[in-house]
Amino acid sequence: MANETQGYRGSDDYIASKPLMEIVNVSVVLGKPLVVKGEPGTGKTLLAHSISRALNKKLLVWNIKSTTKAKDGLYVYDTVQRLNDARFKDKDISDIRQYIKLGRLGQAFKSEEQMVLLIDEVDKADIEFPNDLLNELDEMSFHIHELDEEVVAKHRPIVIITSNSEKELPDAFLRRCLFYYIEFPDYEMMERIIKVHYPDIENKLIKEALKKFYWIREMDGLRKKPSTSELLDWIKALSLGGIQLEKIGSEIPFLGTLLKNEQDTDRFIKLSNAQGGFGFKRRY
Amino acid sequence: MFIDFFYTLRKKGVPVSITEWMSFMEALYNGYFQSSLNHLYYLGRAFLVKSEAYYDAFDLAFQEYFGGIKTEKLELDKVMEWLENPLHRLPKLSPEEMAELQRQIQEFRNTHDMEELMRQFRERLKEQKERHDGGGKWIGTGGTSPFGAYGFHPGGIRVGGESGMQSAAKVASERRFRNYRNDIILDVRQTKMALKKLRELKREGLEEELDIDETIDKTAKEGGEIELVFNKSRENSVRLILLMDTGGSMLPYTELCERLFSAASQMEHFKEFRYYFFHNTIYQDIYEDIANYKRVPTEKLFSNFHKGYKVVIVGDASMAYSELFDVNGCIDYFYTNDKPSIEWLLRIKDHFPHSVWLNPTHMNFWGHYTVDTIGKIFPMYELTIDGLKDAVKTLSSRTKSIRQLSAISA
Repeated sequence: MANETQGYRGSDDYIASKPLMEIVNVSVVLGKPLVVKGEPGTGKTLLAHSISRALNKKLLVWNIKSTTKAKDGLYVYDTVQRLNDARFKDKDISDIRQYIKLGRLGQAFKSEEQMVLLIDEVDKADIEFPNDLLNELDEMSFHIHELDEEVVAKHRPIVIITSNSEKELPDAFLRRCLFYYIEFPDYEMMERIIKVHYPDIENKLIKEALKKFYWIREMDGLRKKPSTSELLDWIKALSLGGIQLEKIGSEIPFLGTLLKNEQDTDRFIKLSNAQGGFGFKRRY
Repeated sequence: MFIDFFYTLRKKGVPVSITEWMSFMEALYNGYFQSSLNHLYYLGRAFLVKSEAYYDAFDLAFQEYFGGIKTEKLELDKVMEWLENPLHRLPKLSPEEMAELQRQIQEFRNTHDMEELMRQFRERLKEQKERHDGGGKWIGTGGTSPFGAYGFHPGGIRVGGESGMQSAAKVASERRFRNYRNDIILDVRQTKMALKKLRELKREGLEEELDIDETIDKTAKEGGEIELVFNKSRENSVRLILLMDTGGSMLPYTELCERLFSAASQMEHFKEFRYYFFHNTIYQDIYEDIANYKRVPTEKLFSNFHKGYKVVIVGDASMAYSELFDVNGCIDYFYTNDKPSIEWLLRIKDHFPHSVWLNPTHMNFWGHYTVDTIGKIFPMYELTIDGLKDAVKTLSSRTKSIRQLSAISA
């Protein structure tokens, strides 16, 4: 970065890898939206929270659902309220402006200071959804037809878009964004992540737990591999449950926190038996 | 600048567009980041590659283009500089002190994990900005920190060897993203995603769904005059028939086919989903179970299902010549067929214009005569994510499959 001191460097409760930090910084400088993809539980959503804290900017979250339309993010014309008001005649309904409610994107544009805008799980919406936002994100402006007014961003917001790859994003949309795929954290990274969340847990427990965790993840044919959040839950359960260290070596307590469906549990039992007890053949 | 890299990328199959390349160049010229190969690698990737499926191809291209360039030794040089000209040499030790030191080393080894120490070292390397002499924490000379040279720490890391940070070329050559390639793996989730594209949303039936939003909108715009708006409900009208080969040569691909099958059956969005099995190729009967016991006449396919159904056949399509072309050619001795299999296949294609053949074997092995023939009847694709996507595309488009059909009959 041109200016090392001002850039994003991760925050106390979020550990970002160096390449990711740099790409965040470039996206901030260039004002280009950043699309973040990765396995569930790799901290895609938390990234935006961390950026907002580290750079001391306000965060706007736009959670996308399957019914979300691009226009919802810009503005909504509350016709029902207007109709309702019209019936009682105690309000002046000629001013449409009071019935125009800005959406998240609109708020980010209108804001007096630069905002961090998180468009969360963009792939949940219809396939066409991202394409409907192309121009708005490119020009950072949109038009309100009812008022015949142009809303132009005062400060280009820092836009972070997360995707779980439920659907593929259109090429035209991706061309205008930066892209980063968050890899699943490796052993060292994971250790640091755990320590950020639970600074008090003893090292040995973490080590044992991590060994088992990566062993389970490497298993073939699991429907849903356990992810970071499951690991954190599991470690919490282990430490609260006061489990003996040796026990983690020979069996897996609280398996339910890691594997969430029956087939996976069956598969796990089958495989771990096949590998002779609890997989001492594999070491990390 | 690097214009050849652009073409290398495209040659390796990364779909880079000119817009992306231009914005990358713009960022480079404006000097938003340090000029080093590491930065070039990560930022180039962020600008130019928009799916993890192409990360591996990017790695390959990067390696090809930049592979010969020596990467920065900076980290190491910096550390070596800190360690030059030590402040003071180790004092002479008496035998007792020596023994004490030995004991301490042993103790340190017992209490400290080497892995842990290496990790700390790397961390410290990242934090440390300058030379340190003496002291107990930083990498430097003298002092009691476990890291550095000429110091007192028993059993620490002496610096003089390799560099700590991974260089870009190394990351690229590791090819860590190999598994994300589109043309290799196919798990249930990915298969589902590919199949999701197979949809035809149509508004079908009577206008019976009250469109509340539209109604309110219209009513409001009319100034309170109630105006009801109705709509036809939208639903996916795709009906799918899956025909799977259970022959012996398909054994290596069982798992792959299972994944496709479980993905297809888990999909809730098809209007109808049917599946049947066959052995090597299709004769007058197909089967409802994998063991080929419950027979269903193939004829039923034509009488029960109209031509709007989409048919996906999965098989390796390689068999003996006679199995495909001869009367009584079936591999099972107890089974007689009065029509050669090829006729049945042609009938299927004829009845279901939207049909494709997925072949789990690699395209390189498609030279076999029967594969070639079947490939002329059905558009054939590899059973990979890319192949599946293409197959879905063919299934959804009308014109192409019809054109192909006329090419065969001509």
